Amino acid sequence: MAEDGINSFMTGPDDKGRFGQFGGRFVSETLMPLILELEERYEHAKTDPTFWAEMDWLWQHYVGRPSPLYYAERLTEALGGAKIYLKRDELNHTGAHKINNVLGQIILARRMGKTRIIAETGAGQHGVATATVCAKFGLQCVVYMGAHDVERQAPNVFRMKLLGATVVPVTSGRGTLKDAMNDALRDWVTNVRDTFYCIGTVAGPHPYPAMVRDFQSIIGKEVRWQLAEQEGAGRLPDTLIAAIGGGSNAMGLFYPFLDDPTVNIIGVEAGGRGVDDRMEHCASLTGGRPGVLHGNRTYLLQDDDGQILEGYSISAGLDYPGIGPEHAWLHDIGRAQYVSITDKEALEAFQLSCKLEGIIPALEPAHALAHVMKIAPTLPREHIIVMNMCGRGDKDIVTVAKHLGFDMKV
Amino acid sequence: MTRIDAKFAALRAEGKKGFVAYMMAGDPDMATSLAIMQGMPGAGVDVIELGMPFTDPMADGPTIQLAGQRALEGGQTLQMTLDMVAAFRATDTTTPIVLMGYYNPIYSRGVDRFLADAKAAGIDGLIVVDLPPEEDDELCLPAQAAGLNFIRLATPTTDAKRLPTVLQNTSGFVYYVSITGITGAAAAEAAHVAPEVARIKAATDLPVIVGFGIRTPDNARDIAGIADGCVVGSAIVAEIAAGKSVDQVLAFVKGLADGAHSA
Ligand SMILES: Cc1ncc(COP(=O)(O)O)c(C=O)c1O
Repeated sequence: MAEDGINSFMTGPDDKGRFGQFGGRFVSETLMPLILELEERYEHAKTDPTFWAEMDWLWQHYVGRPSPLYYAERLTEALGGAKIYLKRDELNHTGAHKINNVLGQIILARRMGKTRIIAETGAGQHGVATATVCAKFGLQCVVYMGAHDVERQAPNVFRMKLLGATVVPVTSGRGTLKDAMNDALRDWVTNVRDTFYCIGTVAGPHPYPAMVRDFQSIIGKEVRWQLAEQEGAGRLPDTLIAAIGGGSNAMGLFYPFLDDPTVNIIGVEAGGRGVDDRMEHCASLTGGRPGVLHGNRTYLLQDDDGQILEGYSISAGLDYPGIGPEHAWLHDIGRAQYVSITDKEALEAFQLSCKLEGIIPALEPAHALAHVMKIAPTLPREHIIVMNMCGRGDKDIVTVAKHLGFDMKV
Repeated sequence: MTRIDAKFAALRAEGKKGFVAYMMAGDPDMATSLAIMQGMPGAGVDVIELGMPFTDPMADGPTIQLAGQRALEGGQTLQMTLDMVAAFRATDTTTPIVLMGYYNPIYSRGVDRFLADAKAAGIDGLIVVDLPPEEDDELCLPAQAAGLNFIRLATPTTDAKRLPTVLQNTSGFVYYVSITGITGAAAAEAAHVAPEVARIKAATDLPVIVGFGIRTPDNARDIAGIADGCVVGSAIVAEIAAGKSVDQVLAFVKGLADGAHSA
């Protein structure tokens, strides 16, 4: 275990970009030199104080960090068990945790002399964050978005356009997030010299899973000192809970606590209409098996012949048939636990957060909250849960209204 | 020595360029694609590159993406693709066959089982787009040990420093991708490709075959002329997509093969 100082859960990935058997660099030869260059430049930036000084300044003055760690008193009372804190990353500029990572990648892109930024997006939050930072720095921005998601996340499409980005609706495959990622990779293979691919989650070929995790780790680092400030020096959370699409907000919260053995770690996958063989869910760990897609080996939803399946979730941000390789590894070694929450449970949690805390959550963290609702009542009052409220729900209002039978007349 | 090695040795002895034709297994259906495959040697094809359909073909343009979708919608499986090769081998024991595709269906079947089945079906080589040299332990080295060629792509981004890494465990031939881009994109000019091919040939004795973007007999002749041969994929697949008969597709293929062989 970690406390003997020899073994640590925080040393990955290895020099082949692996977390155990997961991760790696499964890309075409055209992209290989590009990701090797990116790795070299990132390794350099990581230890460059001027890089982090630039990040810190922007995090504070542009994003609004640190985000509050908020004791959700009425929620705690209503559930009648564990003490619940919400990490308020939904208060970030652009409304989700996605911008934490985008800033890091765009600063790196600028240092590498890249002038054109491409991104994939599902819910549109990563696309909006990328378009925002590109606008700020005067960079060209092209966002690939599944045609189906363009429809269900219309407000974010308009935001990206206002911010000067080109939004490309992706119709290849079935027109969802995984197809958007395919088309972004196709763009990158075609525009190798001037283009930087800004990936929105802890997936893709090495070094992306590690790099995105490092940028998102600001979440967990803040939680550490903020909780100590509110609960007394040295007090660690007992349980961490976060929703998982690709797994970036979760990795950001979990990573700084991996070597603290008293901290329970729970990732919440999208259970859609239920995790069974109808495959109407996006729970890659609970309902998938290892495979290779988008540059890395991880758990994937796939058929017996290794063809990738389309997941389903009410939440566009969780609608991805894979999961970051570091989560796959944490799952296999048992350091973190992964559960799933259905659409219906997430919708209930969504409403509870609105009513009890005055916080309209995104549907993604509503999944995390639904699991909090399940376990908090079973835990003692001294038990502290920190949940990542990683996005706000403005983008989901139309979807939720539809499910609750409310006519928005839009 | 595989059928691929033998074929290129024979072409070299005759002073001829090679013509490699790509088609997607199971497109538009298994029977039609087998008939096209069986007609290819007669149309002048030296090496058949048989696509294995995959849901997420990240290096392919729309033409080959859609061919894969048609095959999958028709129920094509990896087993059916292997069966197709075995059926082809019943009447043709010399034309080299290279399977081309993505790693996940192979990984899902299990590498050892896949290699044994592929060898038994009569496959000679593999091109697996998402396995760069950095992942050689996965399939490349086991494939070579099983007696299959592992053909690697070299690209315009493969610089001098990296080229030895790319060539190291490559066998059969080197597939030079003449553009940065996906299959079906615009062709490169032969004059621009020539120095790149010369750079690779200076570093290896393997034949260098150039592909991506070749559509006409003239393109085929020009590109084959500056290398050891050329590959045509999307242009053939587009004929199949347009609903042409087997004979029409093969006539089109013959035009390309004649172009390459006239170089
Ligand atoms: C608010 C929010 N949470 C979570 C996610 C899922 O991504 P990840 O698992 O990488 O945090 C998204 C993705 O769009 C999102 O917008």
